[in-house]
Amino acid sequence: MSKEEFWRWPEYRHTVEGIDPTKGKVISGGVDIGSVSSKTVIMVDGEVFAQSVMRTGSSSPDSAERTMNWALEDTGLTLKEVNYVVGTGYGRVNIPFAQKAITEIACHGRGANFMWGPTVRTVLDMGGQDCKAIRVDEKGKVQNFLMNDKCAAGTGRGMEVFADLLSVPIQEVGDRSLAVKEEPQSVSSTCVVFAKSEAVGLLRSGWSKDEVLAAYCQAMAHRVVDLLNRVGIEKEFVITGGIAKNIGIVKRVEKELGIQALKPDQWRGDPRFDPMLAGAAGAALFAKVLYERSQG
Amino acid sequence: MLIANYGYKDGSGEYFIALDTAKCDGCGKCAEVCPASVLEVIPNDFDIDDGNIMSVQEEHRHKLKYSCAPCKKTGGDDDPPCVSACPTQAITHFLSTAKGQML
Repeated sequence: MSKEEFWRWPEYRHTVEGIDPTKGKVISGGVDIGSVSSKTVIMVDGEVFAQSVMRTGSSSPDSAERTMNWALEDTGLTLKEVNYVVGTGYGRVNIPFAQKAITEIACHGRGANFMWGPTVRTVLDMGGQDCKAIRVDEKGKVQNFLMNDKCAAGTGRGMEVFADLLSVPIQEVGDRSLAVKEEPQSVSSTCVVFAKSEAVGLLRSGWSKDEVLAAYCQAMAHRVVDLLNRVGIEKEFVITGGIAKNIGIVKRVEKELGIQALKPDQWRGDPRFDPMLAGAAGAALFAKVLYERSQG
Repeated sequence: MLIANYGYKDGSGEYFIALDTAKCDGCGKCAEVCPASVLEVIPNDFDIDDGNIMSVQEEHRHKLKYSCAPCKKTGGDDDPPCVSACPTQAITHFLSTAKGQML
């Protein structure tokens, strides 16, 4: 048996060059503790300065501390020098060093506005455990949002399980699912338990791995279209959360909706625009405003 | 101002609990009458402005079909307790169909 962990996506940290935090007026932090990944964004006067993404552990406070410390590593900054920290995500109420918790819905709206600009109206947050469709105004303020009680199948965690099942590294799933000559019929369920038997059956009947991946991505994309249609899709449309980095899902959601996502690839050249960090970026922006208010 | 929609699906259709945060003043009457303790009054963390609003508790968001379905309207019967208790009509509990909403 191979011990390779195909589900394991890369954890990383990044410092933006050319920013001197000692010259900044406000250093703000956003910490987003999701069910699968923990993210930190440190901003200097509202510009991204440092960031980190890592796997969420079993304890929210520990995960928060680790992702914050990693983001600050080699920046010359310490947590004390961060003027204000806002926590968000599933574990937001369990972040000891955060001055305030704000729901991830508001943070993703605000973060999407920051990353893609004021024309964004519809945000689809595809997270590790659930999906949310969010309508925002030109300031990134949430106007309407929709979520449902569907289980975690067909979200980030489901994709991890599926990547492992097919022994395909998770970062390759999107590209490989698009490498098929013809789009196969979608799998009938995104449930990872059923998908397992269905995928094994399809492989045995002669489907290639790429085709099975395509069928699964198709089913995952289909699952969120209903949610988006109900919230009402308006341009521009963007996808945030870890699944936004799977181009196989993005393309299929676009196709089903008949609308293009705005610059889904901009993160590839510039980690500041990592869609996985939209929530943490939004939290850091709220932190800046809150700090400025507290100073009068 | 925002409308928060929490959905669930069961054999009879797809339902939503919609909370209009512009109308909600955080009085908490809905939370008092909810038989499944789904609702709670929280600081309005959708935004950074102060004030309280009611919200669907995090632990119930993934099991609304069990928590909220017993109260759903199936005909001419009365509104669910949270809806009738709300003095500002901030809560609706509706069946969502392809053509739109119906109560």
